Amino acid sequence: MSRLRRAYGRALDLRHGRIEMMHGSGGRAMAQLIDELFTSRLGNPQSGQGNDAAVLPAAPGRLVVSTDSHVVSPLFFPGGDIGCLSVNGTINDVAVMGATPLYLAAGFILEEGFPLADLARIVDSMARAATAAGVPVVTGDTKVVQRGRGDGVYITTTGVGVVADGEDWSGDRARPGDRIIVSGGIGEHGMAIMAQRESIGFAADIVSDTAALHGLIAVMRASGADIHVLRDPTRGGVATTLNEIARQSGVGMMLQESALPLQPQVAAACEFLGLDPLYVANEGKLLAIVAGDDADRLLAAMQAHPLGQRAALIGGVHDDPHGFVQMSTSFGGRRIVDWLSGDQLPRIC
Amino acid sequence: MKFIDEFRDRELARGLAAAIRQAAQPQRDYHFMEFCGGHTHAIARYGVSDLLPANVRMIHGPGCPVCVLPIGRIDMAIRLAMDEGVILCSYGDPLRVPASGGLSLLRAKAALGGSGEIRMIYSGADALCLAQQNPQRQVVFFAIGFETTTPPTAVVIRQARALGLKNFSVLCCHVLTPAAIASILESPEVRQWGSVRLDGFIGPAHVSTIIGSRPYEFFAAEYRKPVVIAGFEPLDVMQAVLMLIAQVNAGRAVVENEFARAVTREGNRKAQQLVAEVFELRRSFAWRGLGELPYSALRIRREFADFDAERRFPISYEAVPDHPACECGAVLRGARRPQDCRIFGSVCTPENPVGSCMVSSEGACAAHYSFGRFADAAVAP
Repeated sequence: MSRLRRAYGRALDLRHGRIEMMHGSGGRAMAQLIDELFTSRLGNPQSGQGNDAAVLPAAPGRLVVSTDSHVVSPLFFPGGDIGCLSVNGTINDVAVMGATPLYLAAGFILEEGFPLADLARIVDSMARAATAAGVPVVTGDTKVVQRGRGDGVYITTTGVGVVADGEDWSGDRARPGDRIIVSGGIGEHGMAIMAQRESIGFAADIVSDTAALHGLIAVMRASGADIHVLRDPTRGGVATTLNEIARQSGVGMMLQESALPLQPQVAAACEFLGLDPLYVANEGKLLAIVAGDDADRLLAAMQAHPLGQRAALIGGVHDDPHGFVQMSTSFGGRRIVDWLSGDQLPRIC
Repeated sequence: MKFIDEFRDRELARGLAAAIRQAAQPQRDYHFMEFCGGHTHAIARYGVSDLLPANVRMIHGPGCPVCVLPIGRIDMAIRLAMDEGVILCSYGDPLRVPASGGLSLLRAKAALGGSGEIRMIYSGADALCLAQQNPQRQVVFFAIGFETTTPPTAVVIRQARALGLKNFSVLCCHVLTPAAIASILESPEVRQWGSVRLDGFIGPAHVSTIIGSRPYEFFAAEYRKPVVIAGFEPLDVMQAVLMLIAQVNAGRAVVENEFARAVTREGNRKAQQLVAEVFELRRSFAWRGLGELPYSALRIRREFADFDAERRFPISYEAVPDHPACECGAVLRGARRPQDCRIFGSVCTPENPVGSCMVSSEGACAAHYSFGRFADAAVAP
């Protein structure tokens, strides 16, 4: 590596340097960027091969592949940044299928003028998240777009994992009599982003929940509970994810509002903006739909894991040809918890 | 949450529900209109109707600022961005309201090719900041709402004048609550045909903090309708229903104030003075569903003409008929329920709203669709 770096003449200026069009043109500048900014941080045997693709040992079982693009604004927010988000999010998409995540690939679209210092911070954060999760980034790609044609940086990550035969967690397997568990407080990621974006001072202590969930999922699998569906309620929040599952499975659901785990500061920020926390994004939570008899066992296993301490039973599955997700309100009434329509927009009065 | 949870307490709700059941005389029924979208939203979101006996019926009123905005007004805002190249700043909820030509502010935002922009903001002050940050651009604040949002608009217009801003103006669409109540009470459905029965009103919460409770006294006296001003929390609504039933049973029709923690008889004098300084009555204003109502809206006074987008830019209001199948007008007058509309839930949904009542979560149709339509399907777990 040191021999290569000498070949570039001068090291990248990670303090004041910025992305230039030449960093995407395939020449020496691009090679230097990849070497000094990406490979040195995400360093692992495969990505160091310098080839067009990573060659990896195959693992027994069925392959699970998922891809996710990340376009978050702001790029840095309380509790995380686009880097760790892009690692954790894709690991979770693979893991909720019951799979063990093995490898990640990452594609970067960089905007001309983007500070190299920020890029280094983001890649460092990815490296930390990948190392913590034990899932290496094995290959990647960078492209540069002209100033004004991007939002600083977009990151697409693809995850590969394996799932054992017989492990069938799928959105169409919810059955009447099943119970619904959420792994912790809802709406934290979305409100952390919104509080930052809209400079809502009193919500400054809301922190994104971004986390890789495959450790928690391994514990859930080991509990032996008959899990039917697992899904991470990201965009559209808990409400939208449950509606997706209800439609896929052709069932209805009834939630208990008083059982929903919700941090007081998230509740306050939602109240202030006229938003419903059931529709706010999460990045480190999962919804489990489990056979009714196994619900308590699964809940106990989840609560014993650091990422599931505040897990709660929030409702049940029943027969309903309309596929309505409903909620018994804390107030004592009943209402529908519908799909999110459009974006959630703050109300004026 | 302090000062929130107390007003959503299950046990208190149960107690109130029992008191309402006891007060409501079984041989008669009660038809109350909640004027405000905030009340409509609370009723739907907390399932308040489930706690009321069958002979107490809530009718959703026109107090949703987005719902009463006619298509032609949205068209004006879109034209400002598209033809005049301004940065048009809007609150969140008007963005999805359908306008002419299959557009809405959101769709126009996606389609904008020229220099114009459409931005969502949280307050008029945000729009003022944008004007200061972009001195070479014209910034227009699309100011809508009832009396609650009017004083802040007056403040930004005064600030803009104090700062000497040449690139900031306001498209004023502020409307007045008493005019809308009067129009409902004067409508043939209520006055002549009796097809809409109204036994009383739940009066506005936030609006009344500004205008006070005094303006409603006329309705109680002249039309013999009880009015109970209530807050936007579900317990407020239930308490108001109980107070209305008591008035009806006793044959009384007066203004009572359930929202005494925020509303006085005189209202907020300072805010009223501010509004009077910057705005004056419009001779007439078109409301969606209610039609042209005399002296029902505000416009910017001549002294502040520099900040009036309707004077600065060559735009004028053109009436556009609502979709022929849409019943928003009748829904806003309380003459129809959302589920009575032929296109409710089929052609007209929150994703593809035909009428404005399906847009804002305070709109009667959206509230029923999003929270209450399980009751139409009659399934229970």
